[in-house]
Amino acid sequence: MAQNIKNMKLAIKLAFKNLIGAGLRTWLNVIVLSFSFVIIIAAKGILVGWDRQAKNDMTDWEIGEGQYWNENYDPFDAFTLNDAHAAIPTEFKSDIKNGDMVPTLITQGTIYPEGRMISILLKGIPPQQTLLKLPTHKLDTVVGVIPAIIGSNMARSNKLNIGDYVTIRWRDVNGTFDATDIFIADIFTCNVPTVDASQVWLPLDSLQSMTLLKDEATILTFANEENIQQTPENWTLKTFDALVKNIDDMIQTKSVGQSIFYGILLILALLAIFDTQVLSIFRRQKEIGTYVALGFTKYQVVGLFTIEGAMHAILAAIVGAAYGIPFLLWFAKTGISLGASSADYGIVMAETMYPVYSLGLVAGTTLAVLLATSVVSYWPSRKIAKMNPTEALRGKLQ
Amino acid sequence: MENNMIITTEKLTKRFPMGKTEFTALKGIDLKLGMGEFAGLIGPSGSGKTTLLNIVGSLDTPTEGKALVLNQSIGNLNAKQAARLRKEQLGFIFQSYNLLQVHTVFENVEFPLLLLKYSTTERKKMVMDALDWVGLTDKAKQKPSQLSGGECQRVAIARAMVKKPSLVLADEPTANLDAANSHNILQTMEKLNQELKTTFLFATHDEKVIGYLKRKIFLKDGMLDKDEIL
Repeated sequence: MAQNIKNMKLAIKLAFKNLIGAGLRTWLNVIVLSFSFVIIIAAKGILVGWDRQAKNDMTDWEIGEGQYWNENYDPFDAFTLNDAHAAIPTEFKSDIKNGDMVPTLITQGTIYPEGRMISILLKGIPPQQTLLKLPTHKLDTVVGVIPAIIGSNMARSNKLNIGDYVTIRWRDVNGTFDATDIFIADIFTCNVPTVDASQVWLPLDSLQSMTLLKDEATILTFANEENIQQTPENWTLKTFDALVKNIDDMIQTKSVGQSIFYGILLILALLAIFDTQVLSIFRRQKEIGTYVALGFTKYQVVGLFTIEGAMHAILAAIVGAAYGIPFLLWFAKTGISLGASSADYGIVMAETMYPVYSLGLVAGTTLAVLLATSVVSYWPSRKIAKMNPTEALRGKLQ
Repeated sequence: MENNMIITTEKLTKRFPMGKTEFTALKGIDLKLGMGEFAGLIGPSGSGKTTLLNIVGSLDTPTEGKALVLNQSIGNLNAKQAARLRKEQLGFIFQSYNLLQVHTVFENVEFPLLLLKYSTTERKKMVMDALDWVGLTDKAKQKPSQLSGGECQRVAIARAMVKKPSLVLADEPTANLDAANSHNILQTMEKLNQELKTTFLFATHDEKVIGYLKRKIFLKDGMLDKDEIL
């Protein structure tokens, strides 16, 4: 065991010496590989940052720590909305009063900006709530008509501004159509399209009166997952993890797509190392023979050459750290502007995305590159095991 | 060790495949070499001297017959055992020096000791002693590329001798050297043979080397032609 450790230390020492001794070729390989390191970490950091930002924004603007949904509610099926409401369970009244829970009533409607007819969702929410970031306090505005708040993308697509009056139409619980003007009390900016696009937020009481659904709601958003009680009848518990599953799935899909890009990037760098290894074994036959004559087994020489190749990854990590750390820190501070809003993509996405680098990301990337480099270093080195040492000593091509 | 014999071969035969046929490089060589000898395998190219040296050095194996080196049967050694024999008991000197170019003179000479169990202090002393034997203590920090051919071969001798092996195998050690350097390194090896009682076995056809040998083993077409002991 001790001898194995000693041999390994010797192989590392020799490999390092040989690698440095190879000069420019080593440094070219190392620099190319270090680019892969830094680009992979930066790009993966963007995905991690996006995931984190998306979840934070969803927590802040839409889902809190979790929700109860009316059992008929299906956000992907507008036809369910007619029946997706029920009386707010009495056991939640105190939570709502304390601000630990926010009821939301959702119904279909139509808005008529500049005479056009556009389908929307009308959402009723208590103006005094502070659980979600929505500026619902603006719904307390007294103007003689129903005040409403909308998102900036909704405002832009419907050419609405603060202070505008616009007509909306809806059906009450009996299916009777009614219409009224609403006053745009505020326009908010948020990255969650399901809070913004085609959404009009009204005071909960007003929407309940308009739809004749007094004291009813479609969704109950809670602030603390630890306070989850037994799920009441007619309601379904949606945990935080379940609600962000779509985001996780999407990031996962993006991650797979990006991995192909990383793979190509890495293959380019690894090709250079593979080429160097092949050339080394071709050019350094005398040296290989000498190692064997001095007491190495052929497999020890294979190990030496593999370590030598794999060390490119270690040097690349060091070189990458030298310029990559300042770059990645700067990148994390300034982020990357996509020049488009979340509504254009239909997913939760900030206009400027900030990468997040975790220890796992850096360690994982380093390990993956080290492993891949070791494999491409070992592959050509296997040829050494088949070499005849006496011919290698003479430098005879094999 | 049987009668102080370092090398014993019996009916040693080595055949190499050559396309569909075979080439017989050694044809039933019977040889005994004692401890402390300063001997050489002499013969023209293709006579089998390097093949015999390689088998004795456990770098190759016999096709038929027996080769005992330091009481170990070369044909029966596995790769690990053969490597251990080379590492612990044998020293090699090559025609083209075979120094590790990225290492300094000191590191080249230290290399065989790194494979053995010596402390840093022991290694340093042994390397400096070996460099002293070959008169290169002042070149310890230089790289092989900064040395002349003669100096490189002296480094190679120091590397072969540093662990004080039982047997040193030298394959055409003067082939790349001029006359002055050849005599210089041969005198060095002769001195080490006398002082350290190390057995030297050369493969050569160089008259300068032959002049220094105490035993001349002539090979011809893979067979033992003549064995002269002075």
